[in-house]
Amino acid sequence: MAKNSAKDIEVTAFATHQIITQPNPLRKVLRRVEEKDMDDPIGRAEQALAALSGEFKDWMATEVNRLSAAYVAIRHEGFTKERRDELFHAAHDIKGDAATFGYPAAAEVAESLCRVIEHAPDFEKVPAELFTHHINAILAIVHENTKLDSISVSAELSRRLRKVADDYLADVNRDRPEHLEVILAPSIAPAE
Amino acid sequence: MFRIDFNKLRFLVCDDNPHMRRILRTLLHSFGAREVYEAEDGATALEMYSHYVPDIVITDWAMPIFDGLELAQMIRQPESKGNPYAPIIMLTGHSEKRRVTVARDAGVTEFLAKPISAKGLYQRILNVVASPRPFIKTKTYFGPDRRRNTSSAYMGPERRIGEKHEVLQQPSLLDKARSSI
Repeated sequence: MAKNSAKDIEVTAFATHQIITQPNPLRKVLRRVEEKDMDDPIGRAEQALAALSGEFKDWMATEVNRLSAAYVAIRHEGFTKERRDELFHAAHDIKGDAATFGYPAAAEVAESLCRVIEHAPDFEKVPAELFTHHINAILAIVHENTKLDSISVSAELSRRLRKVADDYLADVNRDRPEHLEVILAPSIAPAE
Repeated sequence: MFRIDFNKLRFLVCDDNPHMRRILRTLLHSFGAREVYEAEDGATALEMYSHYVPDIVITDWAMPIFDGLELAQMIRQPESKGNPYAPIIMLTGHSEKRRVTVARDAGVTEFLAKPISAKGLYQRILNVVASPRPFIKTKTYFGPDRRRNTSSAYMGPERRIGEKHEVLQQPSLLDKARSSI
């Protein structure tokens, strides 16, 4: 892709800042076409994603195994920063991937677990049940996902767990306003 | 109507999760892209950025060695050897407002919260291709203009000095009081 040369870059200086403008270096990939010549890249991509979906169940199992292993390591070998980070990372990946893989309720439970790990003032004082309930919920949701009546149950489970976690976090963070603000703030991710 | 020739674009995808890299690769190839490079950590991403000079970077936030945020900050170094102006799309599971603000202030061009969708990714790419924003350089920031729109009505403390809508300096109440004595 051709890049603009230095002489194409225009710098306008002001007292506190500079504004740097240049001709759009990606303008050549934009092509004006008639409506009849428009293709459907989003449709193609969605079809390709659907074709890939046969692997999602195995991918989800891998992610969940990783989460379980991370927590088992903490329970059996004790807490370290590295093990805490691994647990958070495993939960964070499920939070980001599970909805794409077809397990939206598992994503919500993972998000709740991430919030507990991130905002608990003392990780070692978090009730073990709070962790086990979250992890067991994710396991159950993933295992039962193919059953039609499990969808509403999973959604209700994730809602209740989130409430329990949020109530715990609000209580233990009552003297930490910066954490409280984040805990109580809504997500800004727009609904599709 | 406009169409993007994805086969003319070079992408760098940075994510430590192989499943997510596979999904992004699948989506980009379906859009028509032919050059999609992948990195699984921040250090490899920076090396590949310098070597392949991608047109667009799509990066996760959390990665080993150094994360997507640090990657963006390094790319945005005005003195760096590479191109500091390349659009950076951050694709992440983080969706809290403060995270978005931090990413924006690191020089990220577009923010896309997971779960990923074909439409969401396409829209972000279209934004950076069809509507690039000028870059701003201050003492503490170098990156795309963080304003999505300008407002002549804004008179707050962070209004930039100069340009078309310079803030009119108003005397303080104390100065007004003194001048009236």
